[in-house]
Amino acid sequence: MKALQILIDGFAISSLYATGAIGFTLIFGVSGVLNLSHGSIMVTAAVVAWLVAGSFGAGPYGGALIGVGASVIVSLVTYGIVVRPIQKSRAIAREEKEIFVLTGTLLWGIMVQEVIAYVFTNNPKTVLPLIGGVVNILGVRTPRTEIAIAAIAWLAMGLLWLLVNRTRGGKALMAAAINPRGLTLCGFELGSIHLLVWTIYGVLAGIAGVLLGSFLGVSSDNAGQLTASAFSIVVLGGLGSVTGSLVAAYVVGYLESLTAYLVNPSIRTVPVLLLLVIVVYLRPQGLLGRR
Amino acid sequence: MKRKYWMLPATAAFATLAFNSAQAAPPIKIGVIAEASSVSGASIPKAAQLAADEINAEGGVLGRKIEIVTYDDHNSATDAVRAFQRAAREDKVSFVIASYISEVVLALEPWSARLHMPMITPGAASDEISHNIYKDYNHMKYVFHGYFPSTFIADSVCDAAKDLLVDEHHMKTAVVMSEDAAWTLPLDAEYLKCLPKIGLKVVDHIRVSPDTTDFTPIFNKIEGEKPDVIITGISHVGVQPTVQWAAQHVPIPMFGVSSQATTSTFWKDTNGATNGVVFQTAASAGVPVTPKTNPFSDNYEKKFGATPSYAGYTSYDDVYMIADAIKAAGGTNPDKLVTAMEKTDYVGTIGRYVFNGKTSPFTHTFKVGKGYITGIVVQWQDGKQVPIWPANVAKAKMTFPSFVKLPQ
Repeated sequence: MKALQILIDGFAISSLYATGAIGFTLIFGVSGVLNLSHGSIMVTAAVVAWLVAGSFGAGPYGGALIGVGASVIVSLVTYGIVVRPIQKSRAIAREEKEIFVLTGTLLWGIMVQEVIAYVFTNNPKTVLPLIGGVVNILGVRTPRTEIAIAAIAWLAMGLLWLLVNRTRGGKALMAAAINPRGLTLCGFELGSIHLLVWTIYGVLAGIAGVLLGSFLGVSSDNAGQLTASAFSIVVLGGLGSVTGSLVAAYVVGYLESLTAYLVNPSIRTVPVLLLLVIVVYLRPQGLLGRR
Repeated sequence: MKRKYWMLPATAAFATLAFNSAQAAPPIKIGVIAEASSVSGASIPKAAQLAADEINAEGGVLGRKIEIVTYDDHNSATDAVRAFQRAAREDKVSFVIASYISEVVLALEPWSARLHMPMITPGAASDEISHNIYKDYNHMKYVFHGYFPSTFIADSVCDAAKDLLVDEHHMKTAVVMSEDAAWTLPLDAEYLKCLPKIGLKVVDHIRVSPDTTDFTPIFNKIEGEKPDVIITGISHVGVQPTVQWAAQHVPIPMFGVSSQATTSTFWKDTNGATNGVVFQTAASAGVPVTPKTNPFSDNYEKKFGATPSYAGYTSYDDVYMIADAIKAAGGTNPDKLVTAMEKTDYVGTIGRYVFNGKTSPFTHTFKVGKGYITGIVVQWQDGKQVPIWPANVAKAKMTFPSFVKLPQ
């Protein structure tokens, strides 16, 4: 019984982690940016969805859509006013740009987080679940929304796979990750590729944020933790590797669930951090990393 | 001669100016230190300001206005200590109303003693706050404890549980679920003592980390132990356990302390998942604990759009008690203020305040019990906070959502 419970809960939480982390790793793969405002963008999506669904009566679906829309907007603003100006700056030496982007996104993330806390307090908000009620899966009482979360997360990731592998823009995206210089020589505008990847990222982070908000509830205080967990997953999976992040998300999700159920919920993240240290020692490129 | 006549109106004008400035005496400043971005903390400065505005509209205290100076401590003891020092040394406040977090108040206590700066907390609960005053009265006498100590909260929950759970619903077993914090140490200790006395056997005692986001494993464990009720002690966490309790249809009622549930925004924050949650508090909107309760909560809601959290009621009362103490002391001398505060006998929004003296181990805590402050038990029912205990304020029977299974 407990094993099945761990299997179900672990699957839902891992799917959420995967959705959030894949966007994070995609940006790194394509443009070499580690976006430390990731958690704040997820929180923005959840809080906007909560606000619109509840206070403006848009209902769970309207709220979720607008929440994801808000995430895309914040994501593009992050790119437009934080990342791009640093990348374009002539005052910053090329080898220092990565660290400037890292610092810039970190500070931007804190600003977004503080604004959310100021306006909506740091009390967690719960997004209206897309479907209510519970179902009994072989004796395990499971909220329907938990099943919906896993399904939506996988649908989003499936659509991303189709986009990347079956469309011209998606293929250009992958090409940019492998050889950006070659891509520009083929006549592609790197700027619009970056814009595309930040938009896709916004959608994925938004979906992850809204779903997390409906599953566990999200507070502005969670922003740092969400960034850290995406970062851990991406490092574990291998920086820039989408498949690696997917595998790592499930390793992290299940390791956390096992710890919470079998040892103690208070130390659920500790084994993951230990694993991360071991991977960094023994296999610094991560599970499926290419650099 | 001519020149002297010309000076006459100028002299008169000068004299008028001098008279006016004597009338506009400098305000009496009260510092308010709280976390502005949390639901419980945000009510503290707002309620204090409301009280100050009312007092000022009536002419102030000793002919001087009351000015509220607010500091956001971001729930950090370090920030709070810095704010306290600034309040005392630079902003020259005469009294400080500080925080609802026990850890923060415990960090401020020695500073109140060192700087001879009177202080009261409107919401922190740890017994240690008043025990520290008892152990070293001469130094610590500047601190007042303006909320129930944890032990009394636990006793109040047990009294209500006896009537509502044991007598009415024949419950026999309980699991205590509290967050890991300074205020819940004495709370849990008293729960473990008083619950068996009223006939509820404690089958497990779970302390959860305030950082917990996923409560599924915790509820799963509790459900496996088949208790009749979960007795709660939560304040830093609130939305997440409540939402997950409802989403997962955990069939066991939650009853006890849930500080975040005291504000009206909690229904919206949890999308109604709080339906059926039962919590102990000092006062609640719409419950006339005293004639002052409803006018205050109505004015507060009109001005700020939501009802105050539990710490809002006490913070509002604190400003009035401080103003009375300043009047009685004839000024802001800290030692005279302490003596005047000790003589407080004031009916506020949560009951009648009389502070315990230095011979009580709960020194400078308000007296709890009949004729003083008792506390009430409220349940969220269909979007409203409805008082269900004690009988003299109860407006409805305790009722739970259909997924909660009560013992037959």
